[in-house]
Amino acid sequence: MKVAVIKIVTSSIIKHIAQLANLDLSDEELKSMSPQFSSILNLVSKIKKLDTTNVSETSQVTGQENVFREDEVDSKRILTQEEALSNAKNKHNGYFVVDAIFEE
Amino acid sequence: MKGILRFGRYQMVLPFAQNDNTIMYINYESIIGLEIHVELKTKSKMFCGCYADWFGKSPNSNTCPVCLGLPGALPVTNKKAVEWCVLLGIALNCEIPEFSKFDRKNYFYPDLAKGYQISQYDKPFAINGSLEINTNQLINQSTNKPINATMKQLNNETMKKKIRIRRVHLEEDTGKLLHDVVGGKRVSLIDFNRSGVPLVEIVTEPDIRSSEEARIFLKKLYQIIRCIGISDADMEKGSLRIEPNISVRETSLRASVKQSLSAQTDIKIATSPSAPRNDTNDLPSYKVEVKNINSFSFTRKAIDFEIARHIDLLNHGETPIQETRGWDEKKGITYSQRSKEEAHDYRYFPEPDIPPIRWAESQISNFKLQIPELPNVKLARFMKDYQLSEYDAIILTDEKETAEYFEKTISLKDTPGVAGVQGFPGGGEIGIIPKTIANWIINKKADINKVSPEKLLKLIADQTQRSIIPDDELEKVIKKILLENPRAMADYKSGKENVLMFLLGQVMRGVKGKSNAEDIKQKLKLLLNLYPDV
Repeated sequence: MKVAVIKIVTSSIIKHIAQLANLDLSDEELKSMSPQFSSILNLVSKIKKLDTTNVSETSQVTGQENVFREDEVDSKRILTQEEALSNAKNKHNGYFVVDAIFEE
Repeated sequence: MKGILRFGRYQMVLPFAQNDNTIMYINYESIIGLEIHVELKTKSKMFCGCYADWFGKSPNSNTCPVCLGLPGALPVTNKKAVEWCVLLGIALNCEIPEFSKFDRKNYFYPDLAKGYQISQYDKPFAINGSLEINTNQLINQSTNKPINATMKQLNNETMKKKIRIRRVHLEEDTGKLLHDVVGGKRVSLIDFNRSGVPLVEIVTEPDIRSSEEARIFLKKLYQIIRCIGISDADMEKGSLRIEPNISVRETSLRASVKQSLSAQTDIKIATSPSAPRNDTNDLPSYKVEVKNINSFSFTRKAIDFEIARHIDLLNHGETPIQETRGWDEKKGITYSQRSKEEAHDYRYFPEPDIPPIRWAESQISNFKLQIPELPNVKLARFMKDYQLSEYDAIILTDEKETAEYFEKTISLKDTPGVAGVQGFPGGGEIGIIPKTIANWIINKKADINKVSPEKLLKLIADQTQRSIIPDDELEKVIKKILLENPRAMADYKSGKENVLMFLLGQVMRGVKGKSNAEDIKQKLKLLLNLYPDV
């Protein structure tokens, strides 16, 4: 079976992906990532060689369904404020602090 | 430029209709859909055992590895939250698909610790529902918009309209952001106490045509949510949040021509500044979403603001930009939030940590049995059982508490000195009619928060039976009734005391209600004992 070679992932697509992932990329990084993205996609696309004629579609591998818990508070697992904030880079009066999100 | 709001449509007098004898109109119609988020009042969060009641707790004191999105933590679905979402779907006349699942909605925003929200994409818990609203609901607190008043004058009958529900799905709420200055630097503060609280999203089709219809729809939805008891829907705490989607289209064109009909060419000119349409379903090619409004009246104001803004743009030959806008409640305006546009690529995929849900038919029919009497069913029952007008019934069933108070009063049995309600256990053939009680409650003659149902009956009895006939006349009537009913008299003497109520009713009718039940009863007993056997 022949695997189609995926076209070059353009830097504008990479820019969009970076934006979605909240990453700042320099122009050089953008340029160098273009062939990397393309080759990764080509590698992964080898999966298309598999014959899936008799395999039904699923998004689950466990075969489980309807896994629930009862509506109960599990106070043992609730963290204290100190614990919750213990790995935070910036905190203030019990809050996590991040750079201002401007809502315009 | 002048716009006249009428029945949710806008009529514009166009400035370029310059012929003195020709007035040109473009009719605009607003197209509105709503997305409503409701926090459920479960005990615990959607996917972990933290408290769902996050309000008022000190920041970040109600979190765990799951709702903080710590690596390796795994979500487990709250059964009750899922059931309640399905219940709401059923109450909104939805289909409940046999198969459902959760999906990941990916976006970066600091209120979301994991970088994604667990939501539902293509397999929501409920789809294709509808909610019927009365478009000239007679309780009208709005004074600035004449829609209701006009309709009421024209047509006193209730106009019904079906608003289709596209879907009802379940997701998790986000953390709360505060914007502040710390150490001279502008920052955002995050509290994750709310993160992971069960959140139901209801999405309507764009069937709403005015801000007033939106308000009526929301009010009805609010009643249903409260009726099935799945949320307090407390807007001050943000447990019910509204996002209207608004666009405006041109509907028709009218030219009132006094002199000649040669205005045909003018009409063409007038038609040009219209929004391009989507050919497939005739909806405008754009829509504007206003985010996170937390009151019905702000929703109405935001919608009206947007409609006026769009009409102004359309009249200048522009199409409004498709965008997300915020609502500034202090200024009473909406403002562009274009920064949020970029992120509208959510890359949904099935949530790998949560197995899908599949309902057995018996489970769904079981859910249906759990639905209590919904407001519209109650309304119909009030009209039928208590012989009330639709107007009365709407007001009495508007608030659950009022309806309960009314029914309690109706069913009272043992109020000393007062006959109960006619046709009901406390009254039988005599007594106050339900309509009288309805009037007292509706006209606020008594404060139902202070006056008990027993007291209300007594108040009504005292007032309605003030015009009482003199004793001797009452005696005359009683004697007459007794003579007409020898059989009843005999029954009474043989110990069938329940005949007394029958006679009481006859006497009450004989005096045309101008006496009170207790007086009649006393006198009846006296005379019955005096009378010789017939």
